[in-house]
Amino acid sequence: MSVDPDRPMHYSGSTNMREPSNALARLTDLAANDVIPLAQRLYGGAVRTADDLALKMLGSDFDDRSAQLRAHYEEVGGDPFGIDPDTAKYAVVAAAFFHRFWFRTSVHGVENVPAGRVLLIANHSGQVPIDGAIIGAAMFLDADPPRLIRAMVEKWAVTLPFVATLFARVGQVVGVPENARLLLKQGEPLLVFPEGAKGVSKPFTERYQLTDFGLGFMRLAIETNTPIVPVAVIGAEEQFINFGNVKWAARALGAPSFPIVPQWLVPGAQMPLPTKYHLHFGEAMRFSGDPDDDDAVIEEKVWVVKQTIQSMLNRGLKKRKSIFF
Amino acid sequence: MPDAPRKPTPSSLLPPPGHPKRKRNEEKRRAARRSSDLTPPNSVDTERGTVVITGICGRLGRRLARQLHRERHVIGVDRRDFLDRPKDIEHFQIDVRRKKTQDIFRHGEVAALVHLGVMHNPRGSDEDHHTWNVAGFQKLLDYVGQYNVPKVVLLSSANVYGPRPENAHFLKEDAPLLAAGKFSEMRDLVELDMLAQSFFWKRPETETVILRPTHILGTVKNAPSNYLRLKVVPRLMGFDPMVQVVHQDDVVRAIRLALQPGVRGIFNVAGPKPLALSEALTSLGRATVPVPHPLAERGLARMWRWRMTSFPAPELDFIRYVCMVDDTRSREVLGYEHKYDIQQTLSAVDDERWV
Repeated sequence: MSVDPDRPMHYSGSTNMREPSNALARLTDLAANDVIPLAQRLYGGAVRTADDLALKMLGSDFDDRSAQLRAHYEEVGGDPFGIDPDTAKYAVVAAAFFHRFWFRTSVHGVENVPAGRVLLIANHSGQVPIDGAIIGAAMFLDADPPRLIRAMVEKWAVTLPFVATLFARVGQVVGVPENARLLLKQGEPLLVFPEGAKGVSKPFTERYQLTDFGLGFMRLAIETNTPIVPVAVIGAEEQFINFGNVKWAARALGAPSFPIVPQWLVPGAQMPLPTKYHLHFGEAMRFSGDPDDDDAVIEEKVWVVKQTIQSMLNRGLKKRKSIFF
Repeated sequence: MPDAPRKPTPSSLLPPPGHPKRKRNEEKRRAARRSSDLTPPNSVDTERGTVVITGICGRLGRRLARQLHRERHVIGVDRRDFLDRPKDIEHFQIDVRRKKTQDIFRHGEVAALVHLGVMHNPRGSDEDHHTWNVAGFQKLLDYVGQYNVPKVVLLSSANVYGPRPENAHFLKEDAPLLAAGKFSEMRDLVELDMLAQSFFWKRPETETVILRPTHILGTVKNAPSNYLRLKVVPRLMGFDPMVQVVHQDDVVRAIRLALQPGVRGIFNVAGPKPLALSEALTSLGRATVPVPHPLAERGLARMWRWRMTSFPAPELDFIRYVCMVDDTRSREVLGYEHKYDIQQTLSAVDDERWV
């Protein structure tokens, strides 16, 4: 940090801050003069490389889309959750690699997603939850205008360094009802997996069979009068073959599940199998009633959504010719 | 047992209706209610009457006093000396815990009490802290009840909600106060807030206002301002929470709005839109050093023990997790609006002179 002659050398109010020792001062000087500029240069280089890569991979359309998104957030006066369209852009580049080249996703019915606030309800699968990122990439690259999907994350994700910052910059928020309400009020599309973590680690024998749905999303939809778009994700169940979950190991590790995936033991096969993804967006559904109704009443409405997704899955599976093509 | 505290009698044990004893009791109760109706607590001028400000010699207190003393009679109570005090401000250089404080309330017809004298000095002894904050404020509230002061304003803080990973992004006034969970030095401040809340219900004749401003920036000497004044600012590697800040003069204005007759309740006070901590540091032009959290926690704890820093280690959570408030209530009910934009608010920490 060079000394600015215009800046007073006296810092008021820091009288109760003892001057650190000489060694510490030297260390901070080193940090300010050498380490930080170097880090900045490295970072700048990385950003430029990523920019070039994105342009080559996704074409000039991509820049238009991220500009549209930035314009949208500037129009609404920024996002209080700290979304940064420029960082989100790079997250989309990473997701787009899987979306376009690895899984070659075919997207059906994305025009069914209405403008303004909407809840996307999808089946959760794939041992490693890549499905959320793929839905996000589809909404960014294939929807018109591009939308930035918001999702709710577990609170422990916020305690992890880098992960916490990344999630905030790409628009993922801590999963508490107040935040969901605020996002919908802002007119954002919100992605919810009502199966929760237990949907992710279904064994191969139970593939494409929906587990129990949570009721929270329905109460939220009724309360805020938000349309629900059911989404069926096909292809994720075969990316990692799960032979079964070991309950005691999961309990011992404090993990949500402990799937046995033999392909993870093969060197170089840690990547998901390149199955072909199919995303089916259903028609928007609207529900009315009392958001604080009995569980039994809400359950009936949730059942309607669940059955819609299940039949979309069944139809999509019947139409699918091959897992990989 | 004449001195035993009287237990509430179940209705079945009361004398039957029409019994002379019961009639007498009811009459007594009615008379008491009538007399309290007859003595209006607002016999003083609520708009222009005397204001007692505790902690007036703090930087925020002096700013408030300078604005108020032209309109109303101001009495200051503080242990410290009020240097360059305007002549029409009466200042008592006493400890609020002392008996003498009562005389201020007894003699002057006090229209409002503004309690700014909250001690938050993590270096101080626990006992001193506790008696000052809790016992001292309890005494003040007793005087308020005794001498029918119609208004109490407590400057609490949004920090009482506590920075936690599971916080809603914007906390409303009814969110639980959980700051003391990980940072036990905060429990006095939480208790203080609770004390004012219970007073709100116990004494409806007095308008109790609790203000919970977010990080106040300016020439004030508080942790967020001191942090932003560092030459090289350490950050937690991989954490960049959204932060809310508010300019000290905006807080002063909120206090003045809270003094209006008719205003009561709890109000969160925030300034301009929230921004990421890194954005704030960049716009201030500070060099930052990212430090991994485990290292920062241990290092800071050690530096704290060696008295090299004024930041206790649990305060790191404020630059790790969000602790932001929803201030719609103060904007709608109080009519509060922030006047300073984000750039002015941030650069206020570098202001040299405080008036």
